[in-house]
Amino acid sequence: MEYVLIIIGSIFVNNIVLAQFFGICPFLGVSNRVETSLGMGAAVTFVMALAAVAAYLIQYYVLVPLHIEYMQTIVFILVIAMLVQMVELVLKKVSPPLYQALGIFLPLITTNCAVLGVALLLVQKELELLQSVVYSTATAIGFALALTIFAGIRESLELEDVPPAMRGLPIAIITAGILAMAFMGFSGLV
Amino acid sequence: MIFSLLAITFVSAAAVGVVYRVTSGPIAAAKAENSQTSLRQVLPPFDNRPAENVRTVVVDGAEAKVYTATSGDTVCGYAVETLSRKGFGGEVVLMVGFKPDGEIVDIEVLGHKETQGLGDKIERGKSDFSVQFRGKNPATFHLSVRKDGGDVDAITASTISSRAYADAVNRAYLALKQVSNE
Amino acid sequence: MNNNLRLFTRGIIKENPTFVLLLGMCPTLGTTTSAVTGMGMGLATLFVLTLSNMVISLVKRQIPDKVRIPAYIVIIASFVTVVQLCMEAYVPSLYKALGVFLPLIVVNCIILGRAEAFASKNGVGASALDGLGIGVGFTLSLTLLGLVREVLGAGSAFGVQIFPGGGILIFVLAPGAFFALGYLLALFNKFTAKIR
Repeated sequence: MEYVLIIIGSIFVNNIVLAQFFGICPFLGVSNRVETSLGMGAAVTFVMALAAVAAYLIQYYVLVPLHIEYMQTIVFILVIAMLVQMVELVLKKVSPPLYQALGIFLPLITTNCAVLGVALLLVQKELELLQSVVYSTATAIGFALALTIFAGIRESLELEDVPPAMRGLPIAIITAGILAMAFMGFSGLV
Repeated sequence: MIFSLLAITFVSAAAVGVVYRVTSGPIAAAKAENSQTSLRQVLPPFDNRPAENVRTVVVDGAEAKVYTATSGDTVCGYAVETLSRKGFGGEVVLMVGFKPDGEIVDIEVLGHKETQGLGDKIERGKSDFSVQFRGKNPATFHLSVRKDGGDVDAITASTISSRAYADAVNRAYLALKQVSNE
Repeated sequence: MNNNLRLFTRGIIKENPTFVLLLGMCPTLGTTTSAVTGMGMGLATLFVLTLSNMVISLVKRQIPDKVRIPAYIVIIASFVTVVQLCMEAYVPSLYKALGVFLPLIVVNCIILGRAEAFASKNGVGASALDGLGIGVGFTLSLTLLGLVREVLGAGSAFGVQIFPGGGILIFVLAPGAFFALGYLLALFNKFTAKIR
């Protein structure tokens, strides 16, 4: 039951993009096509779940015993950067087709604040290991969901006659606002 | 290549370590100041350091900290730090001050994630919600919202936040009783 | 001198990070519930950006090309941690209000972007001016967005109540961040289109 709450809470209620504003850059940048958003969503889900495990282990087996919790930001970002590199190398060797599909998104993920944000949040929320994995995976699914819905809307937005000043990003951002309002409707769920 | 990266990491870490040394004192002071201020706000005047006179009890699965305040040699009040998980956005953490007989002196919100503009009216100063608890004794004042048959006037459109607040105050009272019965 | 001035003012209007380059959107949307928090975030970023620009410009020759990005990230993350510690010690209320967005300055694309595009190719003085200019532009944009949201959403400006009875609640909630930014961007486009 607890896990169900975490899942629903992090996909819909506290959607990482629309309610917490993490990962806005890829949200606005790679949401022109539904296909690319799905690819980005999959890559983020993968990295985020790994990053959650890494962050958990480092926080409780390295930083806390050594009393250097204040080095958290530096260590986490380095680990995430390393992790992304490793995933890239492993995918290239093990599964070329998957690498073909996700490869171009991987370098972008290091500076995706959603990944670092989730790593920091799960320490702040004092989640346990399994909870952290569930939380980060659900959060990433929420990211993919928001990205895909938004890409779908933007695809049809391209055919609309928009006032010149609003063309491009302004109208897209306002659309995101309406989407955020729709997601607020979920807040009674948990 | 690896050497220069290591050197940069080492120098940076050392620099951050120095800053940590310098700021750790002020950080601890700021935190202590914060809890001392909230204790002063919810308790009658005291002359000890309640932050050093603390007992932890468990009420219904959540921890509660009971701070004892003394004036001269007599106990003049208790402050209970506790939380409710029934909030709209997560935990609602309160510091509730009691007189020795259980009468509520005042309540301070230490942390919450309730909706801005609605649920955050539980904060003192954002609405009169918290004022209604002053001077009430939970022995006679029923700590749940009117909708649930209690005596608490809920904030309009924020029943859940109000319920969580009342729940946390009730937990504080239970923790107080647990301590004073011993 | 003229050249230096141009270097400084470039980041404020012509290459404004928020309204023109559209970088650093996460803190822009996440911390602008009021003018003061927006300004606090802007100043923290200004500080990190200027110092990391200067340090990177200083050590650029010592860093091998292959490991430059991790090296930049380490330098930036250290300055962010310094800001975090100082804020927690001396302005705890702002530290609490900015929350997790403070460590997230590390992944703010503006900072790594300036390190890569400017500081790694220019001298210390120019890099400092560039960081200051972009940082001031970012701070002004965040303060403006925070001010608009605070006035519309809470009826106050910099914490001072100007309309009794509050405002349109939605503007301090998540959707309002998108609306305010979207309309401000459109206004900015309209305004600069006329000048051209």
